[in-house]
Amino acid sequence: MANTEYIGVKDIVDPFVLVENVNGVGYGELVHVRDSKGKLRFGQVKMLSEKATLVQVFTGTEDLVPSTTKIRFLGRPLEVKLSKNMLGRTFNGLGEPRDGCGETYGGKRVNINGLPLNPMARQYPKDFISTGISAIDTLTTLIRGQKLPIFSGNGLPHNQLAIQIATQAKIMGSDDFAVVFAGIGIKHDDAAFFTQELSRKGHSNNIVTFLNLADDPVIERIATPRMALSTAEYLAYELGLHVLVIITDMTSYCEALREIGVAAGEVPSRKGYPAYLYSDLASLYERAGVVRGVSGSVTQIPILTMPNDDITHPIPDLTGFITEGQIVLSRELDSKNIYPPIDILTSLSRLMKDGIGKGYTREDHPSVSSQLFASYSKVQDVRSLASVVGEDELSKNDKMSLEFGRLFEEKFLKQGKEEEREIGYSLDMAWEILSTLPRSELTRVSLDDIREHIKTSGN
Amino acid sequence: MEAKTNFAPNNKEGIVTLVNGPVIKASNMRNFAMREVVKVGPKKLMGEIIRMDGDDATIQVYEDTDGLKIFETVTGTGEALSIEVGPGLIGSFFDGIGRPLDSLLESEGMYISPGTSVNMLNRDKAWEVTPVAKPGDLATGGTVIATVQETPLLLHRIMAPPEMEGEITWVAPGGFHKGSEIVAKIKDAFGREITIPMIQRWPVRTPRPYRERLLPTEPLVTGQRVIDGLFPIAKGGTACIPGGFGTGKTVTQHQLAKWGDAQVVIYIGCGERGNEMTDVLEQFPVLEDPRSGRPLMERTILIANTSNMPVAAREASIYTGITIAEYFRDMGYDVAIMADSTSRWAEALRELSGRLEEIPAEEGFPAYLPSRLAEFYERAGRVVTLNGENGSVSVIGAVSPPGGDFTEPVTRHTKRFIRCFWGLDKNLANARHYPAISWIDSYSEYAEEVNGWFCSNVDSRWGSTREKVRQILAEDNKVQQVIKLVGEDVLPDDQRLIAFTAFLIKNGYLQQNSFGSDSYSPPSKGFMILDVIIDFYEKALNLVRKGIPISLIKEDESVDAITHMRELAADDTEGFALVRKRINAHLERVAAERTRKLGGE
Repeated sequence: MANTEYIGVKDIVDPFVLVENVNGVGYGELVHVRDSKGKLRFGQVKMLSEKATLVQVFTGTEDLVPSTTKIRFLGRPLEVKLSKNMLGRTFNGLGEPRDGCGETYGGKRVNINGLPLNPMARQYPKDFISTGISAIDTLTTLIRGQKLPIFSGNGLPHNQLAIQIATQAKIMGSDDFAVVFAGIGIKHDDAAFFTQELSRKGHSNNIVTFLNLADDPVIERIATPRMALSTAEYLAYELGLHVLVIITDMTSYCEALREIGVAAGEVPSRKGYPAYLYSDLASLYERAGVVRGVSGSVTQIPILTMPNDDITHPIPDLTGFITEGQIVLSRELDSKNIYPPIDILTSLSRLMKDGIGKGYTREDHPSVSSQLFASYSKVQDVRSLASVVGEDELSKNDKMSLEFGRLFEEKFLKQGKEEEREIGYSLDMAWEILSTLPRSELTRVSLDDIREHIKTSGN
Repeated sequence: MEAKTNFAPNNKEGIVTLVNGPVIKASNMRNFAMREVVKVGPKKLMGEIIRMDGDDATIQVYEDTDGLKIFETVTGTGEALSIEVGPGLIGSFFDGIGRPLDSLLESEGMYISPGTSVNMLNRDKAWEVTPVAKPGDLATGGTVIATVQETPLLLHRIMAPPEMEGEITWVAPGGFHKGSEIVAKIKDAFGREITIPMIQRWPVRTPRPYRERLLPTEPLVTGQRVIDGLFPIAKGGTACIPGGFGTGKTVTQHQLAKWGDAQVVIYIGCGERGNEMTDVLEQFPVLEDPRSGRPLMERTILIANTSNMPVAAREASIYTGITIAEYFRDMGYDVAIMADSTSRWAEALRELSGRLEEIPAEEGFPAYLPSRLAEFYERAGRVVTLNGENGSVSVIGAVSPPGGDFTEPVTRHTKRFIRCFWGLDKNLANARHYPAISWIDSYSEYAEEVNGWFCSNVDSRWGSTREKVRQILAEDNKVQQVIKLVGEDVLPDDQRLIAFTAFLIKNGYLQQNSFGSDSYSPPSKGFMILDVIIDFYEKALNLVRKGIPISLIKEDESVDAITHMRELAADDTEGFALVRKRINAHLERVAAERTRKLGGE
């Protein structure tokens, strides 16, 4: 019965079709929709009632004729076929090969929605990933199994930064790593940049790519990250690989969700986004982590472009509530020609506290990073004061603070696109810069640390 | 097919007629009760009836409904959403509807799949029961029948359930008894025999009764200086912690769960991150309770409905938590409950309300949001239990306002029902000043009520010191606005002293690490720090009035040391005395030099 073909639909409201008098269909089931020319598209059951079944059609409802459209319910959810052969391949947003190399054979099919991980099965992530980037390693440390998004804006070098993290991260140090890249609604050029850069650095056999480009059907964007994450979970938990998932651009994903929500006539919440945006995003972001007794891990770096650089916009806002911190890029720093333009004050790594310090990085790491935050935060106050009263009118301490700010940005934040710095080197540099401040400002580091790391003659 | 044949009037079997995510509709439901828990479809998904409309019922399903079909059956359980209470709760980790996650892990593996049914408490585990009541005693609701030493930290009192009365006819003899056993039998006024099992049930949406409400007088000591010192919460009190993302709500909640001096702590991870619960689960068994030296897990219960778990169960998790809290309160304990985050719970209400196509009030939230919030927070309180003892439930709810905007509905309505407000400040968090509790926006209505306790248990000058500190911080707030415009150097010295003293208070007292030895700071330590600072301020003010420049007063190593006092151990009174001695010596030196100079001229 599950494979009966129904001919004709009642209503079409893009991207939905309403099918009447259907029996034995399950909620969330996958659907084959054929237009009058026999061309196949996929759909999913979105609502079931006695009288009618609402089907959401991926790739949209264009050209469908109500009387001739054929609907077949497949009795299974939207699935992805998983095997080792996926490594090195490129798929479209629905998991079909897009590199012209034919189907991957073998493997098993799993529901792309996955299942929630039992919190008791998780292991708290504590392994420091060295990225070789001072601002990240020292101040927003990335931990294996973390979900740490990059909050960016249009025109900022987020792709460059993601590539630098992916290629320099010591997660890549051994053979048991893989990168899963999901491009959602991204430009052709961006997609090409990612694949080229990764293969140029010799990783092309360890990447699985899912691409839904900007001109591909919007509705497929809902499936794309789920395809990628199901693949990542398979590679991590079954093949034991350490997987880095890069998803870009989450903003396109949320826009797609809004578009579909509005089409379905749902009551919208903030800025027209559906009320379940939080739960929906969580169902993606929560698919990162380390599982007890399993050797692999899933680390997520989703990238999102903040509409109008507004961090309080629902997309970055809800993301920040779910992810374990965020790396925020700043247009101001970028215009000062500082790469990576990481705005450290609004950036945060929540898992950092347990992955740094004695036994992980270096004993003084927690207090030094706290001091850098405190001192750099003061720099902002002094700068705004200087813009009012003029730099010459500042007190001695305030002038020292400005100089610290300059050194911090020019020496500590700024680094080459392929420059790798050891964490020890970064921390030493931090002390060097901090030593330019008056001693009374150093309230976050202990007196012992000051004695050890700052030479009295230097101040 | 079967849909057309099952029409016997007493057959309690409904038929699914609509599936819309977690909300479904069923017909043939007229024999079901409102709020009854039902099992849906072949997987027996757990759901709750939330609306009755003639023969039709609307059901919210606590598990993922993928694969559910029209015409599948709905069966009843004859009971409202209930949980089990009894020995075995402490140290356990439940999901939002009370399923133990460790049993689920054993039976299901690393993922939680829909339709899994397990008992909340282990019936086969044997507990050493010590009878307290004896045959012939009169038992009413709350009477303690027997006790079980559940953990070294907690004596579990097995009580007669509320709303019962009679004469005890039999009590289980002392010794080991399984969770499934009966501990006593009672004969009521009509001669009926009632059995009292070790494991009892209670519907989560019904508050457990007590004899009388008391006013809170004793603080819940949290070991966090900014809270204990400036914005204390009382045992039986309510507080909320609102803050945008990254301002440290969860870390603050964890700190309170670790160091709050309650006898039982219930931590609800409501729509939050899985890793945060894992963090608690890994830390609490190793962390020691500062008062007893025992692992914290021996007094803690965890409830998690992480953000990726079904949304309807998120709505229930808050009630599951508070019901367990009331159960321990009824034994005469002080219970603290942390709900992280109540916004996710409110959003679950919104999501379900949207699926029900209810008319939304503000920002899509249902119009009944304020009354639900009130119902929840009002279940907190200090009470005389049915058994005549004092017990309390303190509720601390995190709120996650979108965009960090405190004027949004959840924060605004929550503020109406709580008495202690710890507002988290984005700028403080950005400067990594933790806890980022704003000393300007926050307030506590309990400060007066618990002052007596602090005065008699810490120092008689507690209240007056607190007042001075608040005054300095308030004046500093004004001074800072001027500094932003014209810089510090042009201010008169007495204002600069205010700014400097506030700097010392912020960095030496309010700021506190969540790790290391400073993580727990007893009130006595906080008081010693403040005492040194205020003493310095008053002496320095005298000097400033005599015309001594502030730069001479503050530029000395002994003054720098003030911001490092929090690195000292709480019992290092000598260390504190030394800091004070050096400052005094420095100030005297400055004063003496001034006198000499003036004399010389």
